[in-house]
Amino acid sequence: MSLSLIIKREFNSKVRNKSFIVMTFLSPLLIVAMGALVAYLAGVNKDVVNKIAIYDTADLLKDDFKDNANTKYVDLSAMPLEEAKKIASEDYAGLIYIPVTDSITQLADSKIEYLSNDTPNLEFVSTIEKVANEKITKYKLKQLGFDYDKIEEAKTRSKIYLSKFSGEETHKEGSIIKIIIGGLFGYLIMMFVIIYGNMVMRSVIEEKTNRIIEIIISSVKPFQLMMGKIIGTSMAGILQFIIWTILGLGLFTILSSVFNVEMGATAQTEEVAQSMEGIQLYISELWKLPLMTMFISFIIYFIGGYFLYSSLYAAIGAAVDSETDSQQFLLPIIMPLMLGVYVGFFTVISDPNGTVATVFSMIPLTSPIVMMMRIPFGVPLWEVIVSMVILFATFFGVVWFAAKIYRIGILMYGKKPTYKELFKWLKY
Amino acid sequence: MEYILEVNNVVKQYGDYTALNNVSLKVPKGSIYGLLGPNGAGKTSLIRIINQITMPDSGEILLDGEKLSPDHIGHIGYMPEERGLYKSMKVGEQALYLAQLKGLSKTEAKKQLEYWFEKLEIKGWWNKKIQELSKGMAQKIQFVVTVLHQPKLLIFDEPFSGFDPVNANLIKDEILELRDKGATIIFSTHRMESVEELCDDIALIHKSNKLIEGKINDVKREYRTNTFEVGIVPFNLQGFLANIATTEYKSEKTDFKTLDDELKLSITLPQAGTSSQLLKYLMEHGNVTYFVEKIPSVNDIFIKTVSQI
Repeated sequence: MSLSLIIKREFNSKVRNKSFIVMTFLSPLLIVAMGALVAYLAGVNKDVVNKIAIYDTADLLKDDFKDNANTKYVDLSAMPLEEAKKIASEDYAGLIYIPVTDSITQLADSKIEYLSNDTPNLEFVSTIEKVANEKITKYKLKQLGFDYDKIEEAKTRSKIYLSKFSGEETHKEGSIIKIIIGGLFGYLIMMFVIIYGNMVMRSVIEEKTNRIIEIIISSVKPFQLMMGKIIGTSMAGILQFIIWTILGLGLFTILSSVFNVEMGATAQTEEVAQSMEGIQLYISELWKLPLMTMFISFIIYFIGGYFLYSSLYAAIGAAVDSETDSQQFLLPIIMPLMLGVYVGFFTVISDPNGTVATVFSMIPLTSPIVMMMRIPFGVPLWEVIVSMVILFATFFGVVWFAAKIYRIGILMYGKKPTYKELFKWLKY
Repeated sequence: MEYILEVNNVVKQYGDYTALNNVSLKVPKGSIYGLLGPNGAGKTSLIRIINQITMPDSGEILLDGEKLSPDHIGHIGYMPEERGLYKSMKVGEQALYLAQLKGLSKTEAKKQLEYWFEKLEIKGWWNKKIQELSKGMAQKIQFVVTVLHQPKLLIFDEPFSGFDPVNANLIKDEILELRDKGATIIFSTHRMESVEELCDDIALIHKSNKLIEGKINDVKREYRTNTFEVGIVPFNLQGFLANIATTEYKSEKTDFKTLDDELKLSITLPQAGTSSQLLKYLMEHGNVTYFVEKIPSVNDIFIKTVSQI
């Protein structure tokens, strides 16, 4: 009875908060707007054409540099080098200087230079290298009596087809999808824990500084108040996520239809067909994932992880008098969360069933994140169950521990407690 | 006599610190009971235990003869010294929430709330947020919230601090009315004027121990010194002063307010002496203009007891 009252109040006070409303409706717009801005800015860069000067008096390579949409090569070999350099430094992005040698083979041992005012991007440098290398290789092969075209013909591009023993076919794209989906879920859990854990903590501190806490706990048990707070806040958070998802999907649909129209009007049909095929491949890979398992385990890990951490947040809120005092206690909470994400991104991707990934998907403080990242790659059911059992066993332990600190902390005013004092409270 | 609250041998320790050392109290039904003690004496610890905010390490508490349990929460109303309400919550909504936490149904809570808002003339505040109210206004809400669920036992920790005299009087009258309707009130305070004025019973707690408990008059009787303040116009001033020095009466010059300029003495009776004997003696030596027993104030008792230890 009183628990549901507390949940309702917490939920209402969060949801009616102005900043909550603003954040809920503005964030998806901001994210989409940022994405659009980035896409636009990237597009702006693409239209710029870089003029590159070539100085190649011996006429060794200059015909091999082909103009494309972003670069235009201009031959300045006719004028003296000094003048060419001067002009290039003023009007051109850079100057490729090819030394005079007797033959193309000797070019390999001499210094081809690229002069520019600012450091060129790596991609462009490797383009120059590639052009030079190809030409020299071709020339050498010819000298040795090979027919270059035949060699080209003989080159094989084989493709490995991936499939499971159970018979399903998979693709390389599948792994990418798995990384993205797993990462997304893990990241989502971390973000939710941090954002709403903090909200729980703030609300505990608010009650403490408002001094209403004493009135409330003369009516309900501190444990009920703590749980009501955690549940109420999580419900507000879930509502926010649902709104975000709906808004996000809506905006995405609108934007993609707008972009599709634009693309249909300008782009070449071949490219569109290719990208459509790619998208279809991704989608079919997506459907092959254990979606139901993922969804169910997401819910379970989400609840377990969120409750585990937010009860710690509540305990911290109870122990301190103001948010600034909470920093030193927050570090030990943030650390395992970050660790989970990093371990997830670095070890799960390279070896989803390796020792490190397995161990971290069992440790309760990191398991919600790491296991969620592993599940798309296929994890034995027993491992998932063991990890969940450990998570919930720890959850009850931590809630007991947090409730003890909470119970004492909310009535303690004044000085910031040390870890030693917190430990002493457990014995009260 | 019937007791609404019995505290039996309660001990509470925080680590090495003993907050309550074997404290026992009996609060008579329908009384106003003053729980006195200097800061840090253990009053708040005791009140928190009565409110079941914390549990005693040992000892038991009986409310209306029954062992205190979570079912009793609705029978107790508590106004802590540090007042507090949700700042950004509306007054009406907040009061309803707190009343419902005490076990009232929503309709019942609403009915009570309307009654009190009418009574204290604060009807227009229903949809205001606490942060829009002045401190005194918020205190009124705090009082309403405390009494809304019609508790049998009301506990006020320093109830008049923060009220202006007009509102303090208003609240005092409300408290007396609640008492007349059958509620029992516990005051925790170190402001002695209000104790003298309102309390029927008092208990003094100091350094985790209960030192005094009883009807306020019984306590005063116990602490009376049989000292009288006397105003006299002697027939012969020097003779009288010389004479009284030879008697068993201990006298010293003192000062109190009268209209005339007589000799003012404070005279303590000997062990077996009575007031009429003293009066007779005085009348033999002059015109007695003033004769009052010096009754110890609660403040005197408080200071005397506390400074002894």
